Amino acid sequence: MSEPLSRALAVCRHPEFRRGALDVLGPAIGLGAWGLVSGVAMKSVLGAGLAALMGLLVYAGSSQLAALPLIAAGAPIWVVWTTAFCVNLRFVIFSAQWRPYVMHLSRWQRLAFGYFAADMNFVLFIRRYPKPEPGPGQMPYYLGGVITNWVCWQVPLLLGIVLADIVPTQWGIGFAGTLALLALTCSLLTDRVTWVAAAVAACAAVAAYAWPLRLNIICAIAAAVAIGLLIDSTRPATAVP
Amino acid sequence: MTNWEIVAVIIGMAVVTAVSRGFFFLSERELPLPRWLQQGLRYAPLAALAAVVAPEIVLTHGHLIDTWRDARPYAAAAAMAWFFWRPGVLGAIVAGSTVMLVLRLGLGWAGS
Repeated sequence: MSEPLSRALAVCRHPEFRRGALDVLGPAIGLGAWGLVSGVAMKSVLGAGLAALMGLLVYAGSSQLAALPLIAAGAPIWVVWTTAFCVNLRFVIFSAQWRPYVMHLSRWQRLAFGYFAADMNFVLFIRRYPKPEPGPGQMPYYLGGVITNWVCWQVPLLLGIVLADIVPTQWGIGFAGTLALLALTCSLLTDRVTWVAAAVAACAAVAAYAWPLRLNIICAIAAAVAIGLLIDSTRPATAVP
Repeated sequence: MTNWEIVAVIIGMAVVTAVSRGFFFLSERELPLPRWLQQGLRYAPLAALAAVVAPEIVLTHGHLIDTWRDARPYAAAAAMAWFFWRPGVLGAIVAGSTVMLVLRLGLGWAGS
């Protein structure tokens, strides 16, 4: 057997690969419902071919949905790109936390690592490996997670594009995606600081909702980090959430 | 926009995805973040999730819900209650979605 193939097989057989896949599979049913609804919305603006191309290449649900009205209105290309970047600003923040885990990889590997690392993968990975240093099992866990996430997002999205006319969007099935993220949020509420930080973030995001480009999310992260640091500084020994 | 312009938009957006998700680890150079900020960023994943979720539950077209017959807060409450009773994401989604469907299709309430 060729060397890369046997190495790939070894990764897939690693117990952490399976665990990474299973951790994503729980929220994935909600994610899939979201993908389905996104597929319907994208087809209505772009047509089937371009919608499928966008889904397969861009692989970032929120920036895809943000781009649709701009494309429909014929906005300048740079406006669409800038909007996509601003909607993705939370990933920029996440990338600072990914850094200690990935710097041992080559640059091309890091590029691929980042491209496939969706919200869910980041949250689950940091929950599984809270200590910011590379360790055994991390790469299999990551790969199991991103492969599962990719399939569970792309397949429903393509289905949504194909079945756009018969998907009952009026049932509110897209809300299952919100419920998935809500449950994931609950899984991170481990002590009083995290409850307070989450409440502050939720209130800030609602209060700043009128801000453009989903910058309310950045505002919420800043508020939660500030309150978290404040509470940590009042306690002698800080417990890591 | 012509189809080719849209293809250019899409390719650019794919580059944006890769660059934003790898922003602080694509370069080898030391990260100029102060220590306290790196500490504080451990609240970022939780905050980002809460920030994405909360408006979806309590806002309609940018305004707070003004009717008590909106299925979303009840569905969210059911999902949370389920989660803290039986930790597990799947059960919470199913519980919340069931409440959602019953209130929306059964009673004709509003919702997302």
